[in-house]
Amino acid sequence: MAHQYYESADLADFPNIEEFARDQGKAFFEYYGSSTGAGKLSEREKSLIALAVAHTEHCPYCIDAYTTKCLSLGLTSDEMMEAVHVGASMVAGAVLAHATQMRKIIRKNEM
Amino acid sequence: MEPQTIPVPTPFEKKLQAASLCPLVSRDIVTLQINAGKRCSLLCKHCHVEAGPGRTEEMSRATLEKCLAIAAGQSITTVDITGGSPEMNPHIEWFLDAAAKLGKRLIVRSNLVILLDKEYEQFVDVYVRNRVELAASLPHWKAEKCDRQRGQGSFDKIVAVIRILNGQGYGREGSGLVLDLVHNPMGSFLPGPQAALEQEYKAELATVHGITFNKLFCLTNNPVGRFREHLAAKGSYEEYMAALERAFNPLAAENVMCRTTLSVGWDGSIYDCDFNQMLGLRVDHGAPNHIEEFDLEALRQRRIVVDDHCYACTAGQGSSCQGAVGKASGVRG
Repeated sequence: MAHQYYESADLADFPNIEEFARDQGKAFFEYYGSSTGAGKLSEREKSLIALAVAHTEHCPYCIDAYTTKCLSLGLTSDEMMEAVHVGASMVAGAVLAHATQMRKIIRKNEM
Repeated sequence: MEPQTIPVPTPFEKKLQAASLCPLVSRDIVTLQINAGKRCSLLCKHCHVEAGPGRTEEMSRATLEKCLAIAAGQSITTVDITGGSPEMNPHIEWFLDAAAKLGKRLIVRSNLVILLDKEYEQFVDVYVRNRVELAASLPHWKAEKCDRQRGQGSFDKIVAVIRILNGQGYGREGSGLVLDLVHNPMGSFLPGPQAALEQEYKAELATVHGITFNKLFCLTNNPVGRFREHLAAKGSYEEYMAALERAFNPLAAENVMCRTTLSVGWDGSIYDCDFNQMLGLRVDHGAPNHIEEFDLEALRQRRIVVDDHCYACTAGQGSSCQGAVGKASGVRG
């Protein structure tokens, strides 16, 4: 069987990431659970944020998990794609904002 | 590249053993669920009964009479009628009038669309006069999603019928006429939290369509019938079963619906649940498996027949004909 760095079946291993560092792992899951569960923002809103971040962070496991979670919550493909565009435009904006550095250096160095 | 190997799920019975729930035994018979027949006016993609207009199986008057006698039993508090479209059984109006006199909770699972048909529209009055609780499948609050599963134009028809039912008091607070909706996922994933989805349904249906209902029940798609065929066609059966197993919730297993329900098939055969019925898995382990040999004491203590499809009712928040049975446990990523 050909092994890859990313395998979808590995998503099932996520609950085991506390192995070798139980206390930190336990603390992470408590934090993760309270952060992603319904609070002042609904679970739907938080799941859309998580979906956008999953894409900007290029995490295939997170994309898999949060696409499924968004579907479970009844979100439509249009709503999910809009969230991904928020992420994409934030990344594009952040890249372009860094062009300030480039523009400053150009202005300083060119005659 | 070779395909990834997805492990076959642990046999369900072993999972029960690990949770100290094996053998799974009935607690009592509180709900008598009756399948009035497999004929239906719709042909839904997710239907585990594989019901449709071409089916001919229907419960006879004699079998319905026997069900009525059993329903009169003291322990039974709920009579729950399913199909197909129960309305298409020619004896069902008589049965509802008679069953209502027992003074028990009386539920009909209707596709609602059929109530727009001239031949069946009188059932609105039948339901009102017998204070029948209605449970209707509405997979999503958006027309496009609902239609994809239940057929083109079904959403608008269901909304039209709910408007008629609301006019009669159904789904209105304080009327005592109950209209519950049933959600199931639009594919091979678990339903979201019932309370959150109910909020979305209520807000959208009230704001956009001006209709109301009482409760939303979330059902997990069971890998049986047409849904199983869908999984096989997509090559995702193993993946779905693995997801269900990962979400196994011992608390949901402990409170699983079959422990308090008995399901009667159109021909009088007895099953532990509607899904076993569709798989042809009749009551076993020494308990009588036909209504003609009905024995309340033997059946209320019977050992329940389980198989891997039972993972669907025990995953996450659990799934029953009355929706979720508890809160989901564990980390789902």
